[in-house]
Amino acid sequence: MTDNLLEVRDLRLDIVSGKVSHNVVDNVSFSIGRGEAYGLVGESGCGKSITALSIIGLLRKPLAVTGGALMFNGRDLRELSKRELRRLRGEKIAMIFQEPMTALNPLSPVGRQIAEMFVLHKGATWKEAEKLAIEALGNVQVPAPEERVKAYPHQMSGGMRQRVMIAIALACNPDLLIADEPTTALDVTVQAEILKLVKELCTARGTSVLMISHDLGVIANMCNRVGIMYAGRLVEERPVADLFLHPAHPYTDGLLKSLPQLGSRRLEGRKRLREIEGTVPSIASFPLGCRFQPRCHRATSVCSAEIPSASALSHDGFVKCFNHER
Amino acid sequence: MSDNNEPLVRVDNLSVHFPVRNGIFGRTKRTLCAVNDLSLTLNKGECLSIVGESGCGKSTLALSILGLQEPTAGEILFEGRSITGIAQPSRLERAGMAQMVFQDPYASLNPRQTIYTSLAAPLKLHGIKDRKEINRRIETMMQLVGLKPEQAKRFPHEFSGGQRQRIGIARALILNPKVVVLDEPVSALDVSIRAQIINLLLELKERLDLSYIMISHDLSVVEHMSDRVAVMYFGQIVETGSWDRVFTDPQHPYTRRLIGAILDPVTELAGQSPVDTRETPEPPAGYDYYPREFGKHDVYSLPPASQLVALREDHSVRLIARA
Repeated sequence: MTDNLLEVRDLRLDIVSGKVSHNVVDNVSFSIGRGEAYGLVGESGCGKSITALSIIGLLRKPLAVTGGALMFNGRDLRELSKRELRRLRGEKIAMIFQEPMTALNPLSPVGRQIAEMFVLHKGATWKEAEKLAIEALGNVQVPAPEERVKAYPHQMSGGMRQRVMIAIALACNPDLLIADEPTTALDVTVQAEILKLVKELCTARGTSVLMISHDLGVIANMCNRVGIMYAGRLVEERPVADLFLHPAHPYTDGLLKSLPQLGSRRLEGRKRLREIEGTVPSIASFPLGCRFQPRCHRATSVCSAEIPSASALSHDGFVKCFNHER
Repeated sequence: MSDNNEPLVRVDNLSVHFPVRNGIFGRTKRTLCAVNDLSLTLNKGECLSIVGESGCGKSTLALSILGLQEPTAGEILFEGRSITGIAQPSRLERAGMAQMVFQDPYASLNPRQTIYTSLAAPLKLHGIKDRKEINRRIETMMQLVGLKPEQAKRFPHEFSGGQRQRIGIARALILNPKVVVLDEPVSALDVSIRAQIINLLLELKERLDLSYIMISHDLSVVEHMSDRVAVMYFGQIVETGSWDRVFTDPQHPYTRRLIGAILDPVTELAGQSPVDTRETPEPPAGYDYYPREFGKHDVYSLPPASQLVALREDHSVRLIARA
């Protein structure tokens, strides 16, 4: 336990409005070691983003943590006061978001937004902080950082803005960086540059990364271990190579086979893509038992009656399925 | 019908420039060059994909083909007939030629109209007044895109993302257009739903004898769906050819960069890149690839003269004469 930076245990999140409550994240457990990059994959609405928000303490009503523990450095984040949590945010846990334009303050020069981190968390004066901001901007490979610190967010391109976000997030050398779809809004060539940058900076500083994405290519590029979420539950967790080469859960398998694979048309001609039947269930009407069961081609009677528990897989990792690939 | 050699759509030397006013009281006037002297053809039954990064002018090109953007110069021909300039056909007539499937189906459907109303409106506009005929066409269309005809009574919010995109496709096809412009047709959809829509689009293309112009930045989808590919950079085509030429043997450094940036889980884990991005094949003697540097162009000035040179049958790259 001690060598894990973050341990999420049996996390449960609900939407509570009045007397009605819907479960959105159910019994999610995973851990991230020091210096490890963990990927959380799932479709929109599967609960991956709110899991991340609950770790950094940014969940807002009507969402609420209703069960489980969030152990960070051996302390439960749920038991911290708002003040303690605020100190932790930015200094120990930092987050970058999908759309940098909405995450940055449009009325303040980017240099000041970076400098703020040093003033708030490190007790630097604004003058010192400004120098540090130039250095931080140089670290994320923004050309001519002395001039760019004076620029406003709207004067920068999407890729440059995301670099500024990364500079802010890594300013205080956090232990954990949460990256929520950091490259979804960017062009492919810029995406490759940003991912490379995050990877290099985090490896050099030993920062752990929680990467959230629906893009399996991004996850394969960035992460050591991957958790697959479906409808609020973690259904499979594996080292990255095992997951892509031998997916165990029918959902993971279906997901991998449903995507056109680069180069396969050249080798095998155009094949009809294998579809996953049906649609993602809505939060208000999750099916009983395994939540993937209505769309699953392997489903048996037990699947709609019981919730599958985790069964360990060879090497490392687990799958929650009664009829998984062995 | 025109003869068989005539392509379905021909874009000839198309330029689209936008005047931009800047400075105090908009006193400085500049011209933004979105599309510069671009030519391409779409043959019948073909899926032509236009790839490129945001801001390269691919959407402006699509809007021009649909007749929603007046070109600054150049001509667009549909089955040999000009649809730009003085001879241009009416808005209604053009609507029957080409239609568009949008990226976000929810944003492109009227939330206060039932699907039936949304699908019936274009038919009524185009002079189909018989209620039975309208019902019949909506019914067949709903079935064609994999929905139940009785679902037409519902409103857009009652559908899931994948179903909404099916409705978006039905709306585009209800007037029997020959060309369908697909603007990022699957990128707003859940990953597990994408395969359904990709399969549906390919199926409909065969069944209804459609031709597609697809705009996309997802190169895996492009490789799967296209017959021909055009790579755009700053309002120009820098490489074009059949899908297998462009994907197996990309020549232009920009195309190689794009393909090299694809993150495909399987190639990623094998630790190999789809193409070697460092080494570019030698350009023909006396020429250089154009452009050589990326991200440095000035959108307010015209690019220097360069030409799209055919390397072999159905594979061309943009070159500039070596100084």
